[in-house]
Amino acid sequence: MSLPKDLKYSKEHEWVKQEDGKVRIGITAFAQSELGDIVFVELPEVGDTIEADESFGSVESVKTVSELYAPVSGKVVEVNDELEDSPEFVNESPYEKAWMVVVEPSDASEIDKLMSADDYEKMIQED
Amino acid sequence: MSEKQHALIFELSEPGRVSYSLPDLDVPEQSIGELVPTNYVREEPPDLPEVSELQLMRHYTSLSNRNHGVDSGFYPLGSCTMKYNPKVHEDVARLPGFAHIHPYQPVSTVQGALELMYELQNSLAEITGMDEVTLQSAAGAQGEWTGLMLIRAFHEANGDFQRTKVIVPDSAHGTNPASATVAGFDAVTVKSNDRGLVDLDHLKEVVGNDTAALMLTNPNTLGLFEEEIVEMAKVVHEAGGKLYYDGANSNAILGITRPGDMGFDVVHLNLHKTFTTPHGGGGPGSGPVGVKEELARFLPVPTVVKEEGYYRFNRESERPDSIGRIKPYYGNFGINVRAYTYIRTMGAEGLRKVSENAVLNANYMMRRLAPYFDAPYEQHCKHEFVLSGRKQKKLGVRTLDIAKRLLDFGYHPPTIYFPLNVDECMMVEPTETETKETLDAFIDAMIQIAKEAEEEPETVQEAPHETVLGRLDETTAARKPVLRYQKS
Repeated sequence: MSLPKDLKYSKEHEWVKQEDGKVRIGITAFAQSELGDIVFVELPEVGDTIEADESFGSVESVKTVSELYAPVSGKVVEVNDELEDSPEFVNESPYEKAWMVVVEPSDASEIDKLMSADDYEKMIQED
Repeated sequence: MSEKQHALIFELSEPGRVSYSLPDLDVPEQSIGELVPTNYVREEPPDLPEVSELQLMRHYTSLSNRNHGVDSGFYPLGSCTMKYNPKVHEDVARLPGFAHIHPYQPVSTVQGALELMYELQNSLAEITGMDEVTLQSAAGAQGEWTGLMLIRAFHEANGDFQRTKVIVPDSAHGTNPASATVAGFDAVTVKSNDRGLVDLDHLKEVVGNDTAALMLTNPNTLGLFEEEIVEMAKVVHEAGGKLYYDGANSNAILGITRPGDMGFDVVHLNLHKTFTTPHGGGGPGSGPVGVKEELARFLPVPTVVKEEGYYRFNRESERPDSIGRIKPYYGNFGINVRAYTYIRTMGAEGLRKVSENAVLNANYMMRRLAPYFDAPYEQHCKHEFVLSGRKQKKLGVRTLDIAKRLLDFGYHPPTIYFPLNVDECMMVEPTETETKETLDAFIDAMIQIAKEAEEEPETVQEAPHETVLGRLDETTAARKPVLRYQKS
């Protein structure tokens, strides 16, 4: 299972990529394989504020609907509109094409609390 | 199976073929333009299928034969109580005094129907340990919403406007948080512990002076009895909240315990589950709501009251605090007739046996299946139980595959991937109306599937093999749905 080393991970299976003071957020390869084929992605709008550990959207697969939990707090500055028509990107390319939002974090210390790829791998193996 | 056997009726069409001939016109013909405003008159004739009467019969008979219901096979769909609907109910519902009456008839001419409603209100109150019951709500979800609106009216009457939160366990039916939201509350989750029960310590943390209610099924959605219910009720009541009982799992408790005795203030029952009225295919459902005395003044009007041997509907003026009607007329009356017939034919002892046998059947199945699947909780279950497909998942066989494989054996699969707090979950509810032979045959099929998962996983992964159509492409159906026939 692919777990890029340059990303940070949340216990709710989101990945976070740091980019010039902003963060790009998506769900992990493990999360998409647990959910199965994704059929719908619901995301916030540009300008919305999201709170760490609170739901900021949802992903629907053929078997269930799952909340997306924000790994960090902040303001949404970009949203991946392509996922509306192509939810399959979440299965095919979870770390590239299926990025979900870009956020301007309001509290940088929240990023430090996230897991490394190694720690995240340990967590999913224990489950 | 030939192509034609699952053709759509449109695909069978041949121009000019007819099933029915209309009689000759014996009144003067009028132009459609004089009868209907021209902007409503279609310019092209509709593309209706043209088939013979025999083709029509074969087509729909073939479709109906492909349907699966309790009358055609085992249907162990967890939390849905898909049990046999005794056919005597149909005879009673067709009696002219029930079937050929109108809601606007003077009540003096429908005293029998009102008596039945009155007696059903009282029977359901007795069964649940409540003081008053409304028969108006037409389904479980409407019952939930009604019950929560009653709780809301109660708090508002006390000036408790800050009670905005409804607590639901993480194993709850999805309708619970949905009903709470629609009733204007915020749903708050309380966690389950490792025994599958509500974590009492966590409940104490989330309860507060903003708590409107705790919604609970007991036994819960894992089929486990919430043993600490009395303590939980105390915690919620001491904080000023109310307890709402979701009656989805009442099939486990009839005549044994009652929500009212456990400390619940409001209850709904699903008559289409526990009380054997038709379930699925549109029902229609019926979700009566019972309340304790202090909430009765908020109940929807009218309910049926009895005065000196005469039955009548109570008036709004008698219930000024009522939340108002929640449905036109008096609920799904024909369904309520069937439920009342069930209660009267079973009697008190019979209803208790229903639950005893439902619980016995579920435990028998769970113990026989436990060596082959992962049974996540050790204690006895009530009327249903959960299994996890974790062992099979490691072999590359998912719970969805197991469910699809069961179709080859002629069974409706159990509820899958629910509750959400059990990985690869299967929720099995056999009900009391099945024989031991049926239970054994299903268990044997499940054991065979567990062996196939080890020895020939592709048999399970590629199932079903015996159905008219094989594995459907659910993903494309969800991503790019085609919702109506279009001529190619």
